[in-house]
Amino acid sequence: MTVKYTEDHEYIRVDGATGTVGITNYAQDQLGDIVFVELPKVGQKLKKGDEAAVVESVKAASEIYAPVSGTVTAINDALTGEPGLINTSPDADGWIYKLSLDNPGELDSLLDAAAYTKHTA
Amino acid sequence: MSESSDAPLKTVPLNDEHIKLAGRMVPFSGYSLPVQYPTGIIAEHKWTREHAGLFDVSHMGPSFLLLTDKSGDAQADHEAIAALVEPLVVGDIRGLKPGQIRYTLLLNDEGGTRDDLMIARPADLAWGGTLYIIVNAGTKGADWGHMAAATAGTATLNQADNCGLLALQGPEAIAVLSAMIPEIADLGFMTHASFKWGGTTLVVSRSGYTGEDGFEILVQPEFATQLWNALLSDARVKPIGLGARDSLRLEAGLPLYGHDLDDTVSPIEAGLNFAVSKRRREAADFPGAQRVLTELAGNLGRVRVGLFVEGAPAREGATIVDEHGQGIGRVTSGGFSPSLSRAIALGFVHPNHAAPGTKLQVAVRERLQPAEVTTLPFVPHRYVRKATP
Repeated sequence: MTVKYTEDHEYIRVDGATGTVGITNYAQDQLGDIVFVELPKVGQKLKKGDEAAVVESVKAASEIYAPVSGTVTAINDALTGEPGLINTSPDADGWIYKLSLDNPGELDSLLDAAAYTKHTA
Repeated sequence: MSESSDAPLKTVPLNDEHIKLAGRMVPFSGYSLPVQYPTGIIAEHKWTREHAGLFDVSHMGPSFLLLTDKSGDAQADHEAIAALVEPLVVGDIRGLKPGQIRYTLLLNDEGGTRDDLMIARPADLAWGGTLYIIVNAGTKGADWGHMAAATAGTATLNQADNCGLLALQGPEAIAVLSAMIPEIADLGFMTHASFKWGGTTLVVSRSGYTGEDGFEILVQPEFATQLWNALLSDARVKPIGLGARDSLRLEAGLPLYGHDLDDTVSPIEAGLNFAVSKRRREAADFPGAQRVLTELAGNLGRVRVGLFVEGAPAREGATIVDEHGQGIGRVTSGGFSPSLSRAIALGFVHPNHAAPGTKLQVAVRERLQPAEVTTLPFVPHRYVRKATP
């Protein structure tokens, strides 16, 4: 299992051919209290960089982009009732969606943990 | 809420305190100010509704307008200074009792709003011929220039925005502040007075921008930190940033200048009819009176409404749509209500669509979401009024 990051603060945790996407702890801290999440649809096809979801804080709406291309296989319905899971548990209970990867080679263009830490320093 | 500009940001007297408290500093109206502290906007918002929140609003524009040639008769001097200011605003300034504060509007010749502001008559008769005037941060330069020009040679405008201006808001504000200054309990909503405290004089108003009972306190800059920390040393008080200030005022249905009010919006369109004092209506002697009185008689093209929005928050700029899919207006402030746990918005629509209960829609990210007109405020005001003496 590997975790990769985008410069826009999404993470993708890859397990075989499936990735779980969310926003990083740094991102949730910057956004503040999350009050609404617009989820993608299961079956939706996403190209790397497409808008996949919207996360709304008290102050503003932020687009969440697809870190890699693929097809949405699951969405975190718990966020509909409890969007604050992104604040309290961005890496686990606050995941946003899962997708099956079209091209695992795209992962190579993303940041690893060390590079992401440097990016947010 | 944030604004970008190339000019260096100004700092408030409490800047170091905000940094010590790990406030997240953002640019706002040319100042560096905390949008939130580590607890976050929702916790800060709820704390203010339940206990007492302390806000630094030193970016705003407190000022004093002093009559040049005083007669020494406090009532005559008040009438003289009021007569200088009334041609600029829509409210009854002459009729203010000592200590009373009035919310009013500076209008342009077309009846649009240059700013919304507070004008107060000092309680101390020794200050006869003076008005305490508090304007918005983003407009203070223009407002002061406008007032100074209109009163040139007859009055002096003293800007006090080097001072600290703190707001203590919430149901426990009275207990906190009266523990420091017992006489404060005599103030009713929309009155003010000066009080000695810790070797300085505070100008304390029972007023605010949250819908709660509370106080706004003008303090000399060298005493601002001492006052801030004295208030924070009470366990009922927590510091609150600009983010919660905005969500609290939105729930209270209070307009924000530059968003729900601007130089095209009249007091009647904004639903601020109460600010057009009876005497001024009858005299029709304020800027843009013809338009304002025509609108007051029912000839009105748009009016400010409150909306409950289903789903995602509808932010400023979102189109308001009727049941036939026709665009009929625009959201001017919108967001999430921490008290109600739902999206709320202010916007303008034709009066035909303004009745509470009217079903409308708002366009968010090109999708239509249901919305319903509701009465304002969204969350009831809890002001503490006292019979005027």
